[in-house]
Amino acid sequence: MKRILFLVLMFFVSLQTKAALTIEITQGVEGALPIAVVPFAWRGDAASPPPHAVGDVVAADLRRSGRFKPLPTDEMLARPTRGEEVDFRDWRALNVENLVIGDISPNGPGGYLVKFYLYDVFRGEQITGYSMPTTAQDLRATAHSIADIIYETLTGQPGAFATRIAYVTSQRDAKGKERVELRIADADGYSPQTIVSSKEPIMSPAWSPDGRKLAYVSFENTQPSIWVQEVFTGKREKVTSFKGINGAPAWSPDGRYLALTLSKDGNPDIFILDVARRSLRPLTRHGSIDTEPAWAPDGKSLVFTSDRGGSPQIYRVSVNGGEATRVSFEGKYNARASFSPNGRMLTMVTRVSGQYRIATLDLETRDFRVMSTGRLDESPSFAPNGSMIIYATRVNDKGMLAAVSTDGRVQQRLRIQQGDVREPVWSPHHKQERIR
Amino acid sequence: MKLNTSAWWVIALSALLFAGCSSTGSKGDDPGASVEDGGASTMGANQGGAWTGNPLDNPNSLLSTRTIYFDFDQSTIRSEFIDVLRAHAAYLNTNRSIGVMIEGHADERGSREYNIALGERRANTIQRFLEAEGVSPSQINTISYGEERAAAFGQDEASWAENRRGVLAY
Repeated sequence: MKRILFLVLMFFVSLQTKAALTIEITQGVEGALPIAVVPFAWRGDAASPPPHAVGDVVAADLRRSGRFKPLPTDEMLARPTRGEEVDFRDWRALNVENLVIGDISPNGPGGYLVKFYLYDVFRGEQITGYSMPTTAQDLRATAHSIADIIYETLTGQPGAFATRIAYVTSQRDAKGKERVELRIADADGYSPQTIVSSKEPIMSPAWSPDGRKLAYVSFENTQPSIWVQEVFTGKREKVTSFKGINGAPAWSPDGRYLALTLSKDGNPDIFILDVARRSLRPLTRHGSIDTEPAWAPDGKSLVFTSDRGGSPQIYRVSVNGGEATRVSFEGKYNARASFSPNGRMLTMVTRVSGQYRIATLDLETRDFRVMSTGRLDESPSFAPNGSMIIYATRVNDKGMLAAVSTDGRVQQRLRIQQGDVREPVWSPHHKQERIR
Repeated sequence: MKLNTSAWWVIALSALLFAGCSSTGSKGDDPGASVEDGGASTMGANQGGAWTGNPLDNPNSLLSTRTIYFDFDQSTIRSEFIDVLRAHAAYLNTNRSIGVMIEGHADERGSREYNIALGERRANTIQRFLEAEGVSPSQINTISYGEERAAAFGQDEASWAENRRGVLAY
C-alpha cells in the first residue's frame, strides 16, 4: 500500500505584507552622543511632498544604534534647512555636539535630489555633505545611506542601516493550520516582504556574501532540502535533497561554496558543496552529531556544533578538514556559533542554569560573556559592521526578534503584529537593488 | 476496563492475523475490508471483543499508540514503549507491503539545527528497534522535524515532554 500525500504548497514571490516590524529600545546607553537632525525641507510642490520624512528616518536609525541621542524636534530652538540659516549658538545652548540639516528637491519625473550637511557644533564647521539623487521607491534606502555616512563619519565604524534582515515567521489560521514564511525587511523593520510561503517548515536562512541570494532549508514534499533563491527575482534551485538531514547551509566568504549538514551516510556530518559544480566533499567524519557550520571571515576555517565530547560544544576545523579542536568550554551546552565580521569573536547559544541565552566568546582573550536575559534565546548573528547581534527570543509565549549591541549596552526588541518570528539573519552591506 | 498485558496481546495478535488476510490487494477491489487513511472508510463490526477492521484503527490495540516519548536530550526508548514498538514491528512483519514513516521531534530548547539532529537520532533509534524485530528496512522511512512541528505550545516541562517524541505515521 503506497501512501499518497497531498501537499499543497504555494510560493509567492515578493508579496507585500502589512505586518511591519516595530523596533523598540528596551535598554539604552548612557553617554550616547547628542545630535540634532532637523526635519529636511521639501523644495517642491507643497501639495505633493515626498512619501517619507527623510530626517525622521535618519534620526530613528541613529537612535536605534544606541550610540546617538537625537534631540526631539520640539526641543529645537531653530529649524535651519540651509547652511546660511545655521546659528551654532542655538545648538551649543542645548549641548548638541553634531547637527544634520538637509533638503529634498524634485529631480525629473519620479525623482528626487536629497542634500544633507553634517556639522561639528562646537567647532562651528561643516564635517561633510552629500547630494544624492534617488526615487520615491528608494527614498528610505537613501535615508539609511545618509545614516550610514553620519555613523561612519562620527564613530569611525561603518554603519549597518542600509541593510536588510531575513527571518522566518509562523502563523496559525483559525483551524490551527500553520503557514511558515521566509521574509525580508529593511534593518529598521520597514517594508517586510515574503519571499517563500509554505505549509511545511522553513529553516536556517543564510545570505550569500553579495546579498543577492538566500540559502534555506524547506520541508516541502516531506523531505528537507536545501534551496538557493535569488532575492530579487524569486528564482530558486534545489541544491541538495539527500536522504536524511539536509540542513544548516552557510556560504563561504567568496560565495562559491556552501557548508551544510547531511546525514546521508548515517549520522549528521558537515560537507562542503561547490555550488556551481554541485560537487560535494566531506569536511567532518565523526559518529556523533556535527552540524551548524559557520565560516571564518578569511575562509580558512569553520566552526561547528558537535556532541562528540558528550554535550554540544563548538569546534573549529580547517577548511581542508583534519582534526577539529574544541573552542567552547563554558557550561554543558554551546551551539550554533558564528563569527564577527572581523573574525575575532564568536556568538553562540549557551545554556546558563537551564536558560538558553546568547553569548560571545573572544577568541583571543577567551573572554566569554552572556549577552541576553531570556529563557529561550537562539539563532544569534552579527550585524555586518559587528556593532550588534540579532537573535530570536520568546516574550509571553511569542517568538520575537531582539538585538543587543556587541558591548552589551543597548538592547532592542523587534515586534511583528501576528505570529511567531524567528531565525533572524542580517544581510551583508551594499544593498544594490530593490526587490521588485 | 483496564486490560492486563496478555489481554492486550490477544487483541493485538488477533487484529494482526486479520490484517494479514485482508490488506493485500489494491484498494477498491475489496470494498468490504479496505480502509483508507483519507476519505471514506469501512470496517467490520466488533464481534465479541474481536476487532475485525483494520488493526491500525482498533482503539484497543497497542497499534493505536503511534507516538512515543523521550527524556530530555535522550534518544533511548523508555521501557513503557517497548510493547508498543513490538506491536508495530509485528504488524509490519505481517504486512510486508505496508510502510511507515518515523518522525523524530525535539522540544524547543536550544538551537534549531541541533534539534533536527536530535530528532533524527530519536527516529533512528525507533528504526533500529523495528529492524531488530525483523521489519525490513525497505518498509521504513525517517524524517526529523526537530522543534519545527510542536505538538504542545507551552513553554513549560509538560509541553516540552509532549514534544520530545517519535511518531509512527502509516
